[in-house]
Amino acid sequence: MTKNKNALVFCAAVAAGIAPGVVHAQALEDGSTAWLLTSTALVLFMTLPGLALFYGGLVRSRNVLSVLMQCFAICCVVSVLWFAFGYSLAFTDGGNAGMLGGLSKAWLAGVELDSVSGAIPETVFVMFQMTFAIITPALIVGGFAERMRFAAMLAFSVLWLLVVYLPVTHWVWGGGWLASIGFRDFAGGAVVHVNAGVAALVAALVLGNRTGFPATPMPPHSLPMTVMGASMLWVGWFGFNAGSALTAGGAAGMAMLVTHLAAASGSLAWTTMEWLKFGKPSVLGIVTGMVAGLGTITPAAGFVGPFGGFVIGLVAGVVCFWATQLIKRRLQIDDSLDVFPVHGVGGFTGLLLTAVFSSTALDGLGLGEATMLGQLGVQLIGAVATLVWCGVASYVILKLVNVALPLRVTREQENEGLDLVLHGERGYST
Amino acid sequence: MKLITAVIKPFRLDDVRNALAEVGVQGMTVTEVKGFGRQRGHTELYRGAEYVVDFLPKVKIEVAVVDDMVERAIEAIIDSAKTGKVGDGKIFVTDLGQVYRIRTGETGDEAI
Repeated sequence: MTKNKNALVFCAAVAAGIAPGVVHAQALEDGSTAWLLTSTALVLFMTLPGLALFYGGLVRSRNVLSVLMQCFAICCVVSVLWFAFGYSLAFTDGGNAGMLGGLSKAWLAGVELDSVSGAIPETVFVMFQMTFAIITPALIVGGFAERMRFAAMLAFSVLWLLVVYLPVTHWVWGGGWLASIGFRDFAGGAVVHVNAGVAALVAALVLGNRTGFPATPMPPHSLPMTVMGASMLWVGWFGFNAGSALTAGGAAGMAMLVTHLAAASGSLAWTTMEWLKFGKPSVLGIVTGMVAGLGTITPAAGFVGPFGGFVIGLVAGVVCFWATQLIKRRLQIDDSLDVFPVHGVGGFTGLLLTAVFSSTALDGLGLGEATMLGQLGVQLIGAVATLVWCGVASYVILKLVNVALPLRVTREQENEGLDLVLHGERGYST
Repeated sequence: MKLITAVIKPFRLDDVRNALAEVGVQGMTVTEVKGFGRQRGHTELYRGAEYVVDFLPKVKIEVAVVDDMVERAIEAIIDSAKTGKVGDGKIFVTDLGQVYRIRTGETGDEAI
């Protein structure tokens, strides 16, 4: 039982409607602090350079810098916003029925050297959560890659963080309304993946397809770069999921184990699908399956056992594979780097499967007071609420930004490439 | 004097170069090119998105030879570049108006 003690503490906290970030009863633990310091670095490493390289390799060579630049700039801007009001709006009590936090910790007021959050210093909690706030808008970049103006991208990211990311984070992890109905999202299936996926899809629809899509070939310009980035994501995800235990105990260990298994089985499932359907197992396929497996296990990572991790990965590989074919090929929506079918569909699927594989009958760590069907209902409410709020708000934000700052480069600029037109540089000498 | 232009499969380049040297060809110009003939291109697949790539990588060799070497040079290229499958390439032979060696100013057969 010791193995699952921390998981049970965590589950109990969630069941009681208390998000892990605001549990103050525990004493500071050195081991947990060390692990969360490490996890924070791992999650930042997922964005820079992991995601940046993953995306950078997938675009055409004339846009490689624009994608790296977008990820880098989002990291910097979100960090400042997190300091200014982001952390406070996500993780303090706003006194408004759990819709949004307050401003009592704006400019990180009261976050001192000896402030404690759960088992770790509050400074570490602030930093750890900041890295999640960074990667989520960075993931959206894949939806509008190769055609969005940099200034409009910045404006969108700032407003999206404020209107979508901070409220949803508060709902789920900041003691908000989803936490209080027992919604289970361990490391960000809704907060990060459904959010980013839906926003990317909406952005792709509002901006429109890249010029020439789908008739003109737009193959990835550097798959080795993409594989390097994907591999960094796999490693970084240990910080993302196992770090979300917010302790260094058995809960973190189990989260790491199920995360790894889901990445492996997701890769294998996608590759198998591709091999059967198209006759060749591709490198891009195996790494995409890995991301699908990881995104899908994210909400479940602290609630399921190894069997759950393995099966969730398999389901992710198959479901996300078909979702990609549907969105990109059938519906011909140019969500350029497939953020919605991989992260949105994966996150949504994972949230539902969390209810199923939390069950002790399926090797899970238990559903607490809830029944599987009851929990499934709660998961559906949380996932749909995130999807709807994010979808509507992202649409409105994009339309508003477009009034002041045109979202899209001109056709001629698009043809020339964003690197040269927007940044005055080239990724490669010619 | 003739200019022999051969477009071949890239992996045959070393063999062709050696075969030409054996029959006495002393110099050549090699360019990496792209193109297609009866072989046509190939398809690439990225997350299910299929792209037909029309232009395949080939190597173009240009050799200037004196008239009595033309037959031997062409034979050497055909023997060394041939795999028997579509896509082995083509050889074009054109008349050469004049040739100059820049260093010495020699012209005609002397300059080849």
